[in-house]
Amino acid sequence: MNGVHDMGGMHGFGPVEPEADEPVFHAPWEGRVLALRRALGAWRKWNIDAGRHSIETLPPADYLRMSYYEKWLASVITLALGAGLITQRELETGKRDPATPVATPPLTADKVLSAIMKGGPTHRATDTTPRFAAGQTVRAREIHPAGHTRLPRYVRGRVGTIERDHGAHVFPDSNARFQGENPQVLYTVRFAARELWGEAAHPGDAVYLDLWEDYLDGA
Amino acid sequence: MAGDHDHDNGHDHDNQLSETVLRVKALETLLVEKGLVDPAALDAMIDAYENKIGPRNGAKVVAKAWTDPAYKARLMEDATAAIAELGYSGAQGEHMVVVENTPAVHNLVVCTLCSCYPWPVLGLPPVWYKSSAYRSRAVIDPRGVLKDFGLIVPDGVAVRVWDSTAEIRYLVLPERPAGTESLGAEALEALVTRDAMIGTAKVMP
Repeated sequence: MNGVHDMGGMHGFGPVEPEADEPVFHAPWEGRVLALRRALGAWRKWNIDAGRHSIETLPPADYLRMSYYEKWLASVITLALGAGLITQRELETGKRDPATPVATPPLTADKVLSAIMKGGPTHRATDTTPRFAAGQTVRAREIHPAGHTRLPRYVRGRVGTIERDHGAHVFPDSNARFQGENPQVLYTVRFAARELWGEAAHPGDAVYLDLWEDYLDGA
Repeated sequence: MAGDHDHDNGHDHDNQLSETVLRVKALETLLVEKGLVDPAALDAMIDAYENKIGPRNGAKVVAKAWTDPAYKARLMEDATAAIAELGYSGAQGEHMVVVENTPAVHNLVVCTLCSCYPWPVLGLPPVWYKSSAYRSRAVIDPRGVLKDFGLIVPDGVAVRVWDSTAEIRYLVLPERPAGTESLGAEALEALVTRDAMIGTAKVMP
């Protein structure tokens, strides 16, 4: 979607302000939100792409105003409600609906480290032949998907070079809609900074993006 | 959350924060009561990211690459496997790529669409990495962003920006500083900062 989250190349956000000796969490609730979201994720009612889309679909003004973990909190509530893990009434009252059974959590403390170490790889073995090879010139498609996509606006219609083939990976655009993994070849594509930003850009600079086959045409 | 939240008013901000604290507590209580989450698992997750998984992991990878040419070759060929040799793998680093800084090339990592970051080797991203300022500018004005960090990249050096748009996570292998030839892996590791592995700093001797 052409959302406010797609920020590459925007102006007006001011300088980057690093914080010295930054703590991992700025308040205990931030850690709880991170952990709650990941622990609920263990129910496998949604996937990483649907999770990201739930953040992207926050109202734009809220997206810009809220901190990272405030966005995660809003998103995990949306996801849990959407998946039927909790009801609106339970959320409002803070009490379990007595008509629902008490579940057994899939992620227990003893499994946390192994779950982290395992992660959720997105590479999939397929026998499809890649359409492009390293060194080939490609053009990012001028498309505007209304749902989740990893094709940022700033490269659409621009010409780049295939740098590397990563094999087939889960396609976020369909996965976010629960319409299947549709694994397809993922490429790193190099775009000259001048192709993206014009003559003011440094002639030697470049931006590299990881783009799926459905985002690309031969050029 | 209030739509008329005023950033200039510290009191309102405190109220909003305490409201958030209460909402998180209420949500956790509900989820625990429903048996959907195990509170001890939440504690273990927080402990992992506060105490076990952070940039010291990445610094070990860098120091080993600097001191062990065979390891460096494996790291550049298949970073996921080479990093797993040191015991680091998994969530938000399932597929790793290492990009090397040289006298001619400076690499910088960003995620313009969200906050993708190599958790197994760097831990959770700092606030600035997730900020609108960094995400918007790193691709259009990388040299200006680096200046914000006090790093001037000479005209003769190419800047390569890696926008982590997929599930591939990037780690910058910084240049080993001159004058550190006599140092072993452990001493080198102490010099390697988080920012040097994102590309917003150099490693200083």
